[in-house]
Amino acid sequence: MEKRKKEVLVLEDILGSNKKIASSIRKKLEEKGILAINLLSSPGSGKTTLLEKIGLRLKDRYKVGVIEGDIETERDAERIRKIGLPAWQIITHGACHLEAKMLAQIFDRIPADLDFLFIENVGNLVCPASFDLGESLRFVLLSVPEGDDKPRKYPEAFITSQVFVITKADLLPYLPFDADRVTAEALEINPKLEVFRTSAITGEGIEPLCQYLEKKLQELRTKNA
Amino acid sequence: MHELSIVADLFTIIEEQSRQVGAKRVTKVRVLIGELSGVVPELFRTAFHSYKKGTIADKARLEIKVTRVKFKCHGCGQEIKTGDISSPDFSYACPFCGSKEVELISGRDLCLEKLEIET
Repeated sequence: MEKRKKEVLVLEDILGSNKKIASSIRKKLEEKGILAINLLSSPGSGKTTLLEKIGLRLKDRYKVGVIEGDIETERDAERIRKIGLPAWQIITHGACHLEAKMLAQIFDRIPADLDFLFIENVGNLVCPASFDLGESLRFVLLSVPEGDDKPRKYPEAFITSQVFVITKADLLPYLPFDADRVTAEALEINPKLEVFRTSAITGEGIEPLCQYLEKKLQELRTKNA
Repeated sequence: MHELSIVADLFTIIEEQSRQVGAKRVTKVRVLIGELSGVVPELFRTAFHSYKKGTIADKARLEIKVTRVKFKCHGCGQEIKTGDISSPDFSYACPFCGSKEVELISGRDLCLEKLEIET
């Protein structure tokens, strides 16, 4: 018998399954009044250090938890636990990004009474941008030593984020990094970005960033009320 | 290199679709990859051909259509079909009114458009 060939129109989103799990996580977190923040950046740009600073500033008044995504080791989770915050490590064993299903697997361990849940993605400015984790806010970080030419080179990370954090700002006097230029370029790609300039060494910008997070938590709670 | 995990999700959809329509074999797969989807077509192709072995799409050809980025301008309301985003002359601002208040409306898509199957 002759084989019959035919065309089938599918039109299905390839990342639909990830998006579905992410939506369900977002709904559960927002119902509990938990503000979840997904942090994206290349390795070594200061995600964990920024979280230590924010965590120390917020922990007396709020319940803060951190999910750490790394290819190997529990090092980052240990750093967060050292400052007295609960941390859950996801080891991806080679995968270059977190996916919603990885979060779903540990979701039962996240206390329902958290105020802030930070999710530190695997260090990588490319791949994590494609995967919604169910966060309410996405931060993209860029450190001064990385150079000020990055937003247009990695547009997806900047387009999908709500907040752009320049880290290691204490190095600005020593390096040819034009913070105004990088801010303008990031805003050209995504005019809605909120921009913060921070330094974990001098403490610059940490307070305004925490105030912004508190405002966003209030907005979420008001929406729920 | 997250293309392999995306290809794994693609094959879940291919196998589900094949069951639904009673396909014996999938001979062609056509996907749409947005220019700003973060996926590199050539890496996607490599991942596809290594993943397909032993599946219903074992012998399938892969067709990739790269979809261009499209913005909507909040200044003048026009839709902007852009040029090549990797070109140095590329501008995210609206070419009609110069407004920087533009919003991405397509170009992030990753879509299984259609399959060619044998029944």
